[in-house]
Amino acid sequence: MDLLSGELEVEKHVKYILSIEKKKDSFESVAMEHLRMNGAYWGLTTLDLLGKIETVDQDEVISWVMQCQHESGGFAGNVGHDPHILYTLSAVQVLALFDKLDVLDVDKLSDCILWLNFMEKNAATFSPCLLDRKLDICGLQNEDGSFSGDIWGEVDTRFSYIAICCLSLLHRLDKINTEKAVEYIVSCQNLDGGFGCTPGGESHAGQIFCCVSALAITGSLYHIDKDLLGWWLCERQLKSGGLNGRPEKLPDVCYSWWVLTSLILIDRVHWIDKVKLARFILDCQDKENGGISDRPDDAVDVFHTYFGVAGLSLLEYPGLKAIDPAHALPVDVINKIFFDRK
Amino acid sequence: MHGQPRKPLNPDDDAASIAKAAKLRNLQSQLLHNHHNKIYTKEALEISWKLLELNPEIYTGWNYRKLAVEHNLQAKTDPESIKSIVDEELKLVETALSRNYKSYGAWHHRKWILNKGFSSFDHEFRLLNKFQKADSRNFHAWNYRRFVTAMKNIPEKEELQYTTDMINSNFSNYSAWHNRSVILSNLLKRKAEGFTSKENVLAEEYDLVHQAVFVDPDDQSGWFYHLWLLEQTVTPDAPMLVSSWPIHDSDMIVSFKSNLDETLLSTSTRYCSESGTFPLILYFNQPVEGVSSSTVTVNFMFCKEDLLWRPLSTTNSKKSHAWVTHLKFPDKEDNSSKVYPVEVRLGHSQGIISSSGSHYNFPSRFAFKVTLQCVELEAAEGGSGMKMLDWGDGSFQICEDLPLDLSPILSLDQLKISRNHEPTALHFLIETITTEIALFRELLLEIKCCKIGKLTLARLLIAHDAIMTYNTPVEYKKVNTEEVLELFTDLMKLDPTHSSYYKDEHSLVLMEKVISNRKSMSKHCFFYGGSSSSNLCNSVCLRLNKLSLSKIGSFEHLLWVQMLDLSHNELHSIEGLEAMQLLSSLNLGYNRFSSFTALEPLRSLQTLKVLDISYNEIGVHSIDTTRYLCSSPLSHTVEDNCDFDEYARDDVKIADTWEAVMFFKGLQLRQLNMTGNAISDDNFRILLLKLLPKLKWLDGKGVH
Ligand SMILES: [Zn+2]
Repeated sequence: MDLLSGELEVEKHVKYILSIEKKKDSFESVAMEHLRMNGAYWGLTTLDLLGKIETVDQDEVISWVMQCQHESGGFAGNVGHDPHILYTLSAVQVLALFDKLDVLDVDKLSDCILWLNFMEKNAATFSPCLLDRKLDICGLQNEDGSFSGDIWGEVDTRFSYIAICCLSLLHRLDKINTEKAVEYIVSCQNLDGGFGCTPGGESHAGQIFCCVSALAITGSLYHIDKDLLGWWLCERQLKSGGLNGRPEKLPDVCYSWWVLTSLILIDRVHWIDKVKLARFILDCQDKENGGISDRPDDAVDVFHTYFGVAGLSLLEYPGLKAIDPAHALPVDVINKIFFDRK
Repeated sequence: MHGQPRKPLNPDDDAASIAKAAKLRNLQSQLLHNHHNKIYTKEALEISWKLLELNPEIYTGWNYRKLAVEHNLQAKTDPESIKSIVDEELKLVETALSRNYKSYGAWHHRKWILNKGFSSFDHEFRLLNKFQKADSRNFHAWNYRRFVTAMKNIPEKEELQYTTDMINSNFSNYSAWHNRSVILSNLLKRKAEGFTSKENVLAEEYDLVHQAVFVDPDDQSGWFYHLWLLEQTVTPDAPMLVSSWPIHDSDMIVSFKSNLDETLLSTSTRYCSESGTFPLILYFNQPVEGVSSSTVTVNFMFCKEDLLWRPLSTTNSKKSHAWVTHLKFPDKEDNSSKVYPVEVRLGHSQGIISSSGSHYNFPSRFAFKVTLQCVELEAAEGGSGMKMLDWGDGSFQICEDLPLDLSPILSLDQLKISRNHEPTALHFLIETITTEIALFRELLLEIKCCKIGKLTLARLLIAHDAIMTYNTPVEYKKVNTEEVLELFTDLMKLDPTHSSYYKDEHSLVLMEKVISNRKSMSKHCFFYGGSSSSNLCNSVCLRLNKLSLSKIGSFEHLLWVQMLDLSHNELHSIEGLEAMQLLSSLNLGYNRFSSFTALEPLRSLQTLKVLDISYNEIGVHSIDTTRYLCSSPLSHTVEDNCDFDEYARDDVKIADTWEAVMFFKGLQLRQLNMTGNAISDDNFRILLLKLLPKLKWLDGKGVH
């Protein structure tokens, strides 16, 4: 890895991330407005991994994040949009990056998450007046242990991970029935060792990350056949060095995150060629204007820039901060949350 | 963004994009306005339609549509109006999916509207055909298909046929293979009509997957399905007991309360106990739960109350390959050597269950004798003369030269338990594996450098040896080992990207080769102490050093080991070592361990006294691959972290030392060597001495 040192265009990536906020007129940026909270998490975490988080105005970010909070406790992707668990996690993660989780009403937020745990049952008989009720991560857990993303009842193991990760960061994991939550995730396990969105769903590296991380945070990794899943995951690496997300698909930088974290969490990351993967990620940089794309010479975006830099961090690329594979935040941020409690 | 070329900005495109963006922004703000003001008029709905058509990802748009549906349905009762409201939504979803068939929001909206029950599912297959044809790997469509077939009660057999058709039109459709595995395991599980004979079903599946693998061996779609079939074929449903400690028919001599260094007094048939208890270990071929005093009967005259069984696993799993309990001896100083028989019986009642839910149902029994001895020998130098253990070659003498019967240790086929394959099933099993081996040999004749061919052949040969070992009454000699080792060596060269995977597999086979055979094992058994020791009996050390092992296994053969040398290998993990409950001395020096969390299995070894982890990589790496595989606040497997505060100091942060605290806290080490690791410094030494009050030697020197 040391041989590749110096090839990461740190300054250009920082410049690129800071410039995104200014280019608001293209179709792509308007089309992404509703998930600006995710964008904030991707951009800011990248800056932190690069050691450059101080280049942003912390107060400005936090005040915008808090404007996205719905009265129920959950967060929207942007001001004026509806709350959803996807953006609630990003909001919590952004606050954690700045060591500002104390601005949250933690109990209100976690109660709402609990509520989403009962959504499936409620969705069929849903009436609009429920909108005014509490809504957030604790509230999203259903009877079978699954989680809904919002009051509209869509169920997915992505939401199980998000709820578990969010509550873990808030020290409120005891509010949900983790045994049931784990049981549901295990019911989405496939015969190739991977996991799908819902029971019977095909294995997909993104989904595997969610399920493996959720099992990691709940101390339940023993449910995984590490050798079987590890082989499936390491076969995601193609001759180019890049990783794909499912068999017979193209490689893509974002899988550097999803496949790598999963392999690390089950202690099988040595089964891939790390240097070749780092090479692939570095080749996806826009060396002129900064940013990282899905594949070499494609258009860059903040999503792939984050996954590229985070992937390099997982590969122990020199000069980058280490990232925690399950909670998806820098290790120093996570250690502070778990070990510096006063 | 996916698959879009990185192009220099073209002014024309730029202008078009800005115009389109303005339109989108305008629609979006109108939608949010209507949403916040609960406006559900025709015009307002039109705006949301246009917005979702342009960008189906705007989730608030779908939420707004749902509220509008709820609102408008309240006012309508006649079926026609209801139908038109519902149809409108279905049409919008289809339009949105045509723009982006991966839109989660659109697919969910369709499910939501259909779940209301106002519309039939009749058109859903037309929609599915459209999108499954456009992309046969679209997992949203496949998930939706499972939803529709469940709602319409489509027989699973029909859906199985659908996957056959999809596979036959394109062998490379992994999604179809996946769905097939789901449906087929359901059908087999409930023994549906036509699926009662697992053998027949599997035979047909092998035929199908051969076509895929043989047509294009580089295509991965068939690989995982073939592996799944192989596992279905060779893994017996019911769990089996494969070994135990003590072993059947053995005569154990147990001495305790001695003031001697027990690490120097124990051999295979001699066990020294400080606590007055004696471990009894069961090892199964697959992780099981439910081992307890009601499923395992232990007849032993001092055994008055129910025994407590504990699964040996590093996390809080209720399932494990290995289970341990401790037999208690009466607390009296009696010099008469009396012999007590112990009998263990299991499988007479149900309750021991495998992960797949199968019960252990083969009545089995083993028995051994225990002679109690209270040793009051003069220790080497009057009781206080404990010596530091020296791992140097000079301390060991090969067992072959010494007149001691090693057969109790090396008897590996000790458990004479009726095996659980029915004769016909066994016949099918051997025949299938043999046919598969022949087929893959043929494939390799045609394509010499076929990766999957070599890997599958290696797996088949391993499976063949395993079946023969477990099912042949006389000791079976593994005939395929050398060929398997050669295949993995070839694979390392053929597919260097994954060479560490093959290396790990190679190591497991190599290790098994060394210890599963009487003759080769005895080459690795040494007496510690040699002629210089004045002790009556010496420790037997299993030395598996310098074998370039990257992974270890075969723990079922190693339950007896009390002294183990694994130094000078390439290990970074000791997963599974927690089964070796008798270990008291362990050398892991000169390996690749990179963190204390990687040593988690040692935390459950209550008798571990001597540990060497010198010259590893502890403290070198920024990413810890066992961070979540150990007990910690991060994995929510310890109650709270007040324990850590005890060891915190102004200049030592908990965040930097919690792994060491978690690891060493419960250990009773007397001797530790960890020189040659990045982490050792003065502060760390102070922490260690605090964590290990019984420590006498650290890094080769006395601590006092
Ligand atoms: Zn991507």
